[in-house]
Amino acid sequence: MANTVNIKIDGIDVSVEAGKTVLDAAKKLNIHIPTLCYHEDLCVAGNCRVCVVEQEGVNNLVASCAIPAQKGMVIHTNSHKVRNARRHVVELLLSEHNADCTKCYKNTKCELQDLASEMVINEHMFMDLVPDKNYTTDKQSPSIIKDDSKCIRCQRCVRTCHDLQHVSALGVAYKGDHMKISTFFEHPMYEVVCTNCGQCVNRCPTGALIEKNYLDEVWDAIYDEDKHVIVQTAPATRIALGEDLGMESGSIVTGKMAASLRRLGFDSVLDTDFSADLTIMEEGTELLTRLKKALVDKDTSVKLPMFTSCSPGWVKFLEHTYPDYLDNLSTCKSPQQMFGALAKTYYAEKKGLDPDKIVCVSIMPCTAKKFEANRPEMRDSGYQDVDMGLTTRELAVMIKQAGIDFQELPDEKFDSLMGESSGAAVIFGATGGVMEAALRTAYEIVTGREVPFKNLNITAVRGMEGVREANIKLENVLPAWSFLEGVELKTAVAHGLTNAHQIMEAIHKGEANYHFVEVMGCPGGCIGGGGQPIPTTPEIRRKRAEAIYREDEGMAVRKSHENPEVQQIYREFLGEPLSDKSHWLLHTHYVKRKRV
Amino acid sequence: MPDKKLKRVDIIFNEDCNCNEVLTNSLKKSKDEILKEILDSGLRGRGGAGFPTGLKWKFASQEAEKEKYVVCNADEGEPGTFKDREILTRVPLKVFGGMAICAKVIGAKQGYVYLRGEYQFLKADLEKSLEEFHAVLKDIGFDFQIKITMGAGAYICGEESALFESMEGNRGEPRNKPPYPTVSGFRNKPTVINNVETLVDSFMICRIGSQKFMELGTTDSRGSKLFSISGDTPIAGIYELELGMALEDFVEEFGDGDTKAVQVGGASGFCVPRKKFKETIIGFEGVPTGGSMMLFNSSRSMYNVLKNYVEFFEEESCGQCTPCRVGCQQLKKGIEAIKKGEKSASYLKTLQKLAETMKVSSKCGLGQSVANSFSSIVDNFKEEMIY
Repeated sequence: MANTVNIKIDGIDVSVEAGKTVLDAAKKLNIHIPTLCYHEDLCVAGNCRVCVVEQEGVNNLVASCAIPAQKGMVIHTNSHKVRNARRHVVELLLSEHNADCTKCYKNTKCELQDLASEMVINEHMFMDLVPDKNYTTDKQSPSIIKDDSKCIRCQRCVRTCHDLQHVSALGVAYKGDHMKISTFFEHPMYEVVCTNCGQCVNRCPTGALIEKNYLDEVWDAIYDEDKHVIVQTAPATRIALGEDLGMESGSIVTGKMAASLRRLGFDSVLDTDFSADLTIMEEGTELLTRLKKALVDKDTSVKLPMFTSCSPGWVKFLEHTYPDYLDNLSTCKSPQQMFGALAKTYYAEKKGLDPDKIVCVSIMPCTAKKFEANRPEMRDSGYQDVDMGLTTRELAVMIKQAGIDFQELPDEKFDSLMGESSGAAVIFGATGGVMEAALRTAYEIVTGREVPFKNLNITAVRGMEGVREANIKLENVLPAWSFLEGVELKTAVAHGLTNAHQIMEAIHKGEANYHFVEVMGCPGGCIGGGGQPIPTTPEIRRKRAEAIYREDEGMAVRKSHENPEVQQIYREFLGEPLSDKSHWLLHTHYVKRKRV
Repeated sequence: MPDKKLKRVDIIFNEDCNCNEVLTNSLKKSKDEILKEILDSGLRGRGGAGFPTGLKWKFASQEAEKEKYVVCNADEGEPGTFKDREILTRVPLKVFGGMAICAKVIGAKQGYVYLRGEYQFLKADLEKSLEEFHAVLKDIGFDFQIKITMGAGAYICGEESALFESMEGNRGEPRNKPPYPTVSGFRNKPTVINNVETLVDSFMICRIGSQKFMELGTTDSRGSKLFSISGDTPIAGIYELELGMALEDFVEEFGDGDTKAVQVGGASGFCVPRKKFKETIIGFEGVPTGGSMMLFNSSRSMYNVLKNYVEFFEEESCGQCTPCRVGCQQLKKGIEAIKKGEKSASYLKTLQKLAETMKVSSKCGLGQSVANSFSSIVDNFKEEMIY
């Protein structure tokens, strides 16, 4: 075929699609070439030089990640020359690296350490450069710790922040021996445009960028007899946690996760999915109210499209980058924060607990949730609503620390009151999920009928396309909603902040005319969150998304408004969506932030 | 053994040249005629790497893309090189002329001069010359414009792909190759990027004809070239000499009678010791140079010379690739440690192997060429490194 290229690697013939690299070709042959700067999600950098290979007839080695396979190439991946160079490159990286591995959060999960181990380095070949460097560590952010002494300058983080997220909080500063990854004028991460999404953390091959962990704080709370420790788990954790505990990507571990949390000693094992359903009630009603004000009352102060507000990375992105659109954000708190506010009010009241003694811990696929929990607005219960936010990875660490054989755990259920959920809540974890959940409920409220899709699956909003649009025509509506008769509800979904930027530009230029837009800060939505197991790749995201939709299909209740505990809380505590109590506990406001 | 004797030539600065007339006549020729002339002349790039100029133009001319660029690399940053500054001061119209001729061949409408940050003082005069040049082009009816883009002082931006990044407003970091500039250069469009002197040579070949140019030099190194001569010489300056001469003749002409080594090609070039002067040819078949010739007499410490070079590279590496960024630091720290006795002399061997790795595995020419000066100085002046 004309569009394939035949080359030879280590004596074996292989043909690949034109444009594929030598590294791609080697993968096809199951020949492992080590890489560091390479990442499937990112553009090719070719700067670490670990993946160099020998090409016959070419004097210098070539970076296999960057060089396209060309007809007739003869490649050697393990020649004397290659081994020498590769060894040197790893030694050089180690000489600049603070290799204090036992004190490193990424110990045994570090790609540089793996390479060093593979090479069996008994004694360092070169001199230690670390004492000459004035490495600093930035610990000010509640989400991310940046430790320059661990950085190998592969620029995965820089490419992530720029290419995937259109944020560019991280960039390269200085040159030569002073070259480093830094922020605008070397401000702390906390003070720049960083959205805390943690995509950089998920891609950093070493311990240079890690989440701020709250493991000790959580253990202390658990061991404190005086405290009632409530844990909530986000939708996307239950389909990813298993990966960090020896299971295949796409394994659904909802029951095992609940069991493990109970064994860890949490006093109440509850579910963020409950508050995800609640979010749909509030946000769906907010959307319909906005539509009414705009269409019936002709109130020009009402902002459309309405944006979802569940993703704290997206919210902070908007606060920095498009502060003029803050009124378009739904005032709904994210499910994590709704949960926290209710844990220390409703739940405390119902269970007869002193809210002062409640510690609310969340397990999130996200590093931005740590920041969100620390936002000063998030204290409506009279306390910090969510005390500690852990990533999926941190929970896996706790499970290992406690010596729990996770895979052998029985499936257990969440505790009741704020533990019930619907399939609509689970799909919050994948891009398009909030939209689908909202449509399942809003359509039914307006028309009295289920959404007109087979098995309630609104496939138009699913998938991994960066920006997706879907329109639903509202016909034969109930009398109370007659103003919506014949209206075509225009919606769009974006995931990853580069796509969010694209959609915002379209809206800003007046080229897009949506009613409702769902944005998730991370590629793939929460399943690809910054706090999810490492690695996260396109293939792994796909498997996690599949698992999310499988979980949804397996649920008895598929629509948020049919969640019995949601119906109960409106009956017994909140009254109705957008009630005064809802506004007090479940809604929030946003702040303009500087763009530095 | 070289068969060429040192010979002074006067092509580049030749004042008996009506630039406007040459330009007008050259642009009357067809692009194939011009291309043939440049190809026949055997001209190779004067920046140091020596890629055949005609081929470069030919590749770019074959690209189907409509938008193409001609870029003049005037980021003269190689230590010991100062000839481009002189060209731009004295004969800027020849440079612009070379760019216009190239534009005709490849089909470009826009050219850029990427001017070294430290040459800011040349800019006003160059702008003036550009006005004159643009007026001439207008008269001829040839649609081509040149703009001057300032560098900001980084040595790495002399590397062509880093230069494009810099021109595009990005950090000056070299790109992966392929694709090469003739396919994807400035703004990812087909681009010919030539050194200042190469463009002048192209212009002058159009004037004197490829035959005359070919008569100078050797099979591998046609023509003449400007040399920036500095160091321990009583007559430092810029000289145009025929390529292919023996270094011995050069030293005889320019040395102070006590020359112990010549650094050919600047910090990224090679150090030739006295015992090899006779056998060393200056040209692509021997030791090539972008023009820098630094002479050192016996009062000089070659350790200091090397340390100076390595320090230069340590600072001027863009820092993106491992072998170059960390390798330079290790080479410097290593030779210092050996000198101080903190490391044994055998560590020099480790460093030389490292330099070899930098040569074969660095991403761009900067890291790849550190080994040139390092190995040639260490090999030839080992005692000076240790004691």
